[in-house]
Amino acid sequence: MDFEVIINNLPLYLEGLWITLQLVVVSLVCGLFIAIPLGMLSAHRNYWIQFLPRLFIYCFRGTPLLVQMFLIYHGLGQFEAVRESLAWIILKEAYWCALIAFSLNTAAYTAEIIRGTIRQTPAGEIEVARSMGMSPLTQQRRIVLPSTFRRALPAYGNEVIFMLHGSALAGIITIVDLFGAAKIVNSRYFVPFESFITAGFFYLCVTFLIVGLFRLAENRWHAHLRPRQS
Amino acid sequence: MFDLKGYLPMILDGMVITIEVALLSLTIAVILGIAGASAKLSGSRIAYSISTLYTTLIRGIPDLVLMTLIFFGGQILINNLGDQFGWDYIDISPFIAGTATIGFIFGAYMTETFRGAILAIDRGQIEAAQAFGMSRLLLFVRITLPQMVRHALPGFGNNWMVLAKTTALVSVIGLHDMVYNANLAGGSTRQPFTFYLVVALLYLAITGISDLLLHWANRRFSIGIRQV
Repeated sequence: MDFEVIINNLPLYLEGLWITLQLVVVSLVCGLFIAIPLGMLSAHRNYWIQFLPRLFIYCFRGTPLLVQMFLIYHGLGQFEAVRESLAWIILKEAYWCALIAFSLNTAAYTAEIIRGTIRQTPAGEIEVARSMGMSPLTQQRRIVLPSTFRRALPAYGNEVIFMLHGSALAGIITIVDLFGAAKIVNSRYFVPFESFITAGFFYLCVTFLIVGLFRLAENRWHAHLRPRQS
Repeated sequence: MFDLKGYLPMILDGMVITIEVALLSLTIAVILGIAGASAKLSGSRIAYSISTLYTTLIRGIPDLVLMTLIFFGGQILINNLGDQFGWDYIDISPFIAGTATIGFIFGAYMTETFRGAILAIDRGQIEAAQAFGMSRLLLFVRITLPQMVRHALPGFGNNWMVLAKTTALVSVIGLHDMVYNANLAGGSTRQPFTFYLVVALLYLAITGISDLLLHWANRRFSIGIRQV
């Protein structure tokens, strides 16, 4: 093993790490904004209201992220209308295509988490809210959503880690993220072990960081569930 | 738009490869999962540490990175070994590398699923089996395994769904699966969207059918459990 190559190329890896973090954070934020209304609608009792959100969730959860990314990045250029529209300025860039694909994908997974958690809200809590005369929207805002966000925290932590791992796909479509950096180093010096193990090490560190952050968040938001300290 | 210009057989050939990779790596994953779960529950500290290292590493590193590492790195490793033992040049095919990697990755997820399932079995039943004088193997076959299947099924189903979608990554290391062939067909007909959409629909078919089968299996193995 020769890690001198890696040390010389450390700036490339750090730039890649920065791009990876950007992709993950931006798509998680965008995804969450899409997922909250989507999750609420798909948990609705009315069949017609939940139909479209559930179709979206089903399609994005049932197909690989790679195919979704290719559909947007390689696929959309097939249509002349897209190529001539203003959106093409964004859609011809690999970076934005990856971001759009990741956002939609994590939105679907997060919406499903929210849907499941809303459905598991104890019926008693909602009955009490109703008997207090709260309107349906007030019930959602004051009772259902706060408790949903708390209870969805562990599952969302897993989703964040999946998004981090999924973001490596960006390296396939010419983006120099962590994986892209490893690919460049490997193809320049032919050091497959060193280059990919270094990338793996960085990913491992970020994963541990995410796990730690979620543990802190759970300590804070699940404090009422912990056994009482004597 | 759905004029496939005669490329449909090629995509379907790719689908066969995809399904082969998926089923084969599932088999590897289940074997590794049972081994890993037994190691975690064996009471031996060394076995526990190795198994924990395995699951932690795998769950912390993206599948794509592992796959390229095994594909490019495994090639060198095997041939360095081969030089010492005087083997001929061994070519690691994308099929072997892809299947091995996916099996290895999901072995870690299966380990956690199976561990939870074994722990969910009523302790008293195992004690009763021991009191009857069953050997460890007989105890596993008669008591642990049937109930483990029931408890592991939901987690197993989730893992399988994720695994089926992960097979798309083998196209990156050059295996001619659905995605790879769609890329070729899309390039030569200049209709990439059409072909990727077809592939997306085929994946939906795979996950949809699996969903039905798992639902059926779940009902079958949960007979005798009261549903609330």
